[in-house]
Amino acid sequence: MNPVIDVAIRHRLGTFDLDASFRSDGRLTALFGRSGAGKTSLVNIIGGLIAPTIGRVVVDGEVLVDTQAGIFLPKHRRRIGYVFQEARLFPHLSVRQNLLFGRWFAPRSARASSQFADVLDLLGIGHLLARRPGALSGGEKQRVAIGRALLSNPRLLLMDEPLASLDEARKAEILPYIERLRDEAGIPIVYVSHAVAEVARLATTVAILEAGTVRACGPTAATLSRPDLARLPGAPETSSLIEGRVGAVDPGFGLTRIETCAGLIEVVRTGLRPGETIRIRILASDVMVALAPVAGISALNQLHGTVAEIATAGGPESGTVDLRLDCGGAMLAARLTRRSLVDLGLGVGSPVVAIVKSVSVETP
Amino acid sequence: MTDWLSPEEWTAVRLSLLVATTAMLVSLPFGLAVAWLLARGRFWGKSILDVAVHLPLILPPVVTGYLLLIWFGRRGPVGQFLYEWFGIVLSFRWTGAVLAAAVMGFPLMVRAIRLSIEAVDRKLEDAAGTLGASPAWVFIVVTLPLCLPGILVGMILSFAKAMGEFGATITFVSNIPGETQTLPSAIYTFTQIPNGDAGAMRLTLISIAISVAALVLSEWLARLVGRRIAVE
Repeated sequence: MNPVIDVAIRHRLGTFDLDASFRSDGRLTALFGRSGAGKTSLVNIIGGLIAPTIGRVVVDGEVLVDTQAGIFLPKHRRRIGYVFQEARLFPHLSVRQNLLFGRWFAPRSARASSQFADVLDLLGIGHLLARRPGALSGGEKQRVAIGRALLSNPRLLLMDEPLASLDEARKAEILPYIERLRDEAGIPIVYVSHAVAEVARLATTVAILEAGTVRACGPTAATLSRPDLARLPGAPETSSLIEGRVGAVDPGFGLTRIETCAGLIEVVRTGLRPGETIRIRILASDVMVALAPVAGISALNQLHGTVAEIATAGGPESGTVDLRLDCGGAMLAARLTRRSLVDLGLGVGSPVVAIVKSVSVETP
Repeated sequence: MTDWLSPEEWTAVRLSLLVATTAMLVSLPFGLAVAWLLARGRFWGKSILDVAVHLPLILPPVVTGYLLLIWFGRRGPVGQFLYEWFGIVLSFRWTGAVLAAAVMGFPLMVRAIRLSIEAVDRKLEDAAGTLGASPAWVFIVVTLPLCLPGILVGMILSFAKAMGEFGATITFVSNIPGETQTLPSAIYTFTQIPNGDAGAMRLTLISIAISVAALVLSEWLARLVGRRIAVE
């Protein structure tokens, strides 16, 4: 099976060198890195807006760029949808015409008539059809832009920080639609972001970019909890992503129980639908480690596990160590002082209890 | 109404409208092409093309008319070619008046269109490309509609210039009633004969009316188009 996307390119932009390669099979691959890491240039190369100096881009088995073989497919023949940071809707066309723009150019066989209604429904934009882009809010514009890209019948969808120009409320409005897109539309997505919360919530695969190079690429939970990556400038702080199912809600205290393979975890959040799947994120520095369950402590979550890995990525003189705890199959990252490690006598295989305050659990 | 103007005066008004409209329409495709080249093209000699296009604006009109006479006259290199191959005669014909008017209005038209092409957001064109539109389609369905206000302004300017064009026209095709005598030439003729003041005044008023009408029309069109293309 070919990977969905396979990129290996080298490109020079002024004094900046982009030398990136990654391959991914994920439904949503996040390109993560801080501004100036080369994320946008990389997606522009995939989308055909930039021709790389040398390299190959293969999507779904089709070679889009191969400088050695002299192949460069122009952007209008790539069938790659692109959602830009600003919506870039055509101001002279109505929302309906914007949405149907790509369909004029798609092959006749690809124009499923039911698709239009499905996309309107998926993005909740059916009531906007007659309007002009100028009369839409930022969040509505971005949803229309996503719909427009989807309706051009792409085999891959690129999203370049689609939420960056929106305020928190608008972001919260759009995130669920992107999740539905990931789970229901069946089109692989490459999503550029510098926000860990978005990556933690959306990505199935994450590629971490730093100074024009892909430093790591792999499944999101495993990659974000890798202690060695935390030392990279611009990389997210080591954290654990645990998937769980929403269980009982305690409206009196504003708490919700999440059933995970590590055990029950209480989070400070209401309004979640019981039975729904959710990801929670816990920073390594927010995890305490004890040898036995502790009574009389404010923290609500005590998870049993064993030490799976001890990393001293900062060198032997460093004051901190990063542990990976195996809690019933879920990997929990914990950052301790080296002294605590010695005092508790921890080694690989030691049984421990991880203590996590509910207020430290993020539900992105 | 026909009593108000003599038949000769009517002929001049009709001829002027015909010449100006034809000049505007004929120069439009060339104006678009040159404006596109100047706005987007990267080629050797671009500044030479830029200067050549602007020449009629800075040369004395008589000089432009004389150059047209040398090149496009019956024995001129281009004029001879046009006559022998296509049977087209420009000198001392209304078609020559069209050429003179088109050349004089060309820089104004190109300037307006070029500015509007430069103002089009290239990012929108990129977006259209990722949606499957080839460069030619991007031009037709994105670039062209977005610079429509500039194209309209360019057409109106070219039309207004053609209505008022005098020096190059009279030098190139002379002042033949019914063939090349446009409004300005007719007014000029009236001022040269005794008791011609009333006729000159009548044609002057008509000239003002047409110019004002063109201006109002362009304002109205620009507002109409501007409302459709509300900037995002």
